[in-house]
Amino acid sequence: MHEKTIALLGAGLAAGEFSSEELIGAFLERIARYNPQLNAFITVTAESALAQARVADQRRQCGETGPLLGVPIAYKDIFCTNGVRTSCGSRILDRFIAPYDATVVEKLAAAGAVMLGKTNMDEFAMGSSNETSFYGPARNPWDLEAVPGGSSGGSAAAVAARLTPGATGTDTGGSIRQPAALCGITGIKPTYGRVSRWGMIAYASSLDQGGPMARTAEDCALLLGAMAGFDPRDSTSVDRLVPDYAASLDRPLDGLKIGLPKEYFGAGLDSEVARVAESAIAEYRKLGANVIEVSLPNSQLAIPAYYVIAPAECSSNLARFDGVRYGYRCENPKDLLDLYTRSRGEGFGAEVKRRILVGTFALSAGYYDAYYLKAQQIRRLISDDFRRAFEQVDVIAGPTSPTVAFNLGEKVDDPITMYLSDIYTIAVNLAGLPGLSLPVGFVGQRPVGLQLIGNYFAEDRLLNVAHRYQQVTDWHQRAPAAFA
Amino acid sequence: MSLGPAEVAKIAHLARLAIRDEDVPAYARNLSAILELVEQMNAVDTAGVIPMAHPLDMAQRLRADEIGESNQREQFQAIAPSVEAGLYLVPKVIE
Repeated sequence: MHEKTIALLGAGLAAGEFSSEELIGAFLERIARYNPQLNAFITVTAESALAQARVADQRRQCGETGPLLGVPIAYKDIFCTNGVRTSCGSRILDRFIAPYDATVVEKLAAAGAVMLGKTNMDEFAMGSSNETSFYGPARNPWDLEAVPGGSSGGSAAAVAARLTPGATGTDTGGSIRQPAALCGITGIKPTYGRVSRWGMIAYASSLDQGGPMARTAEDCALLLGAMAGFDPRDSTSVDRLVPDYAASLDRPLDGLKIGLPKEYFGAGLDSEVARVAESAIAEYRKLGANVIEVSLPNSQLAIPAYYVIAPAECSSNLARFDGVRYGYRCENPKDLLDLYTRSRGEGFGAEVKRRILVGTFALSAGYYDAYYLKAQQIRRLISDDFRRAFEQVDVIAGPTSPTVAFNLGEKVDDPITMYLSDIYTIAVNLAGLPGLSLPVGFVGQRPVGLQLIGNYFAEDRLLNVAHRYQQVTDWHQRAPAAFA
Repeated sequence: MSLGPAEVAKIAHLARLAIRDEDVPAYARNLSAILELVEQMNAVDTAGVIPMAHPLDMAQRLRADEIGESNQREQFQAIAPSVEAGLYLVPKVIE
């Protein structure tokens, strides 16, 4: 059963070929067998999964239907899950049992999805390789010496290894798309405001957005349809109808205008990755698309602006972790200041501390205008670049990441080199646009992802454009040999 | 801009982060490298550009001032490091 997509599993459940309890049992067995090698899950909720599966089977017996009813799902460990540890990959939340469900969890549960467990991630979603996790890195199923990408690396590894047919991720600077690319799966970061952030532990609130990760665009459409929608508990949630994403998947691509930003094919891009991305574009030409060059002239400023804005917001968001009301507290604090500083100093890892320090500096008296205000102005320029490009084209395409998955340990001691791994994804968050990554080939044994960027709320178009490609290619069906 | 050990210690204090003395030079090095990266922004003239704080042009929603949450003190305190009689315990603040 593990080789089936969510769409096929839903059909199998509807046809009575197997029960949800059988299905969940089969996936739990795979997790028990393979997770020790992959470290994709931080927590496996076997007992409650079987109980939820039985409830889903009962719901179906009572006449309920739905594409996700009884289908397994894994949650990135950044989504609060009532009664289940929600660690955010950090020592500071190692013993944190969330007292409520995130809106995304609530909505997927209402649709009948069954939680298998919580997936590994970079600490507080700060990282591009999963190596900043307190629980050790998840590994890439295509090559256990390679990183799965990050920060949603556990979700990507679990989907690629067929330990779950779908998972949630979050994306602040590429954290859904980059691991999806590096693990050979499909993932979409929706428009900012499309999916509720309530109960999703905050990193950089003006950039964070949750989204689905699965093997196919069709599965992402089914998951996103259940996850998206207005939530009064999220102050930046957008009150706008959620379209039926599955209904528009088959729209033909004749006359579709695809823009290739010349800045995304220049220096820094691995030549083999470029070749694979270009062959995917050639496939789109065959599908009837018109391909033209566009320019996003301020692209090279995205990483500099991001590493002011995201740390600034993180230094504010992570101020809540103080060792008083929940989370890690240091031993024998001698006074309140000691309690704060040591609980935080011992509870946070090095990369999180770096970003808190950068953000604190950028917001401190005398530096605000030179750093934070300047970064916000650059953010406007980057957003304007996209606005102009979308006057000419329907979607923008390019490589998701400049290289395939790199080796564990290769970049971990050099933050700047690690940051460059998100060079093509970060601008999309700054502008708040939707972006999708789909598998389009390999360099050696390691997968390559193509990024599709759409205009605001054009998730339906992105899923459609990805789906049509997946109808004529089979990269999304390839499974890593050790986990087939 | 390059940060030295004294500046790192000052920022760490502002952020309420204990950094071990032996780790300060590495943070100073890494933070200086990050600031150097960030300062590539200065290559562009942004005079007159309106800062963008948020991706969508939207006004903050208001809601009616009604009680929507119930009291869940016991549930929330069950996950606290140290509580007594419904209160969160911290080291003595006032002598």
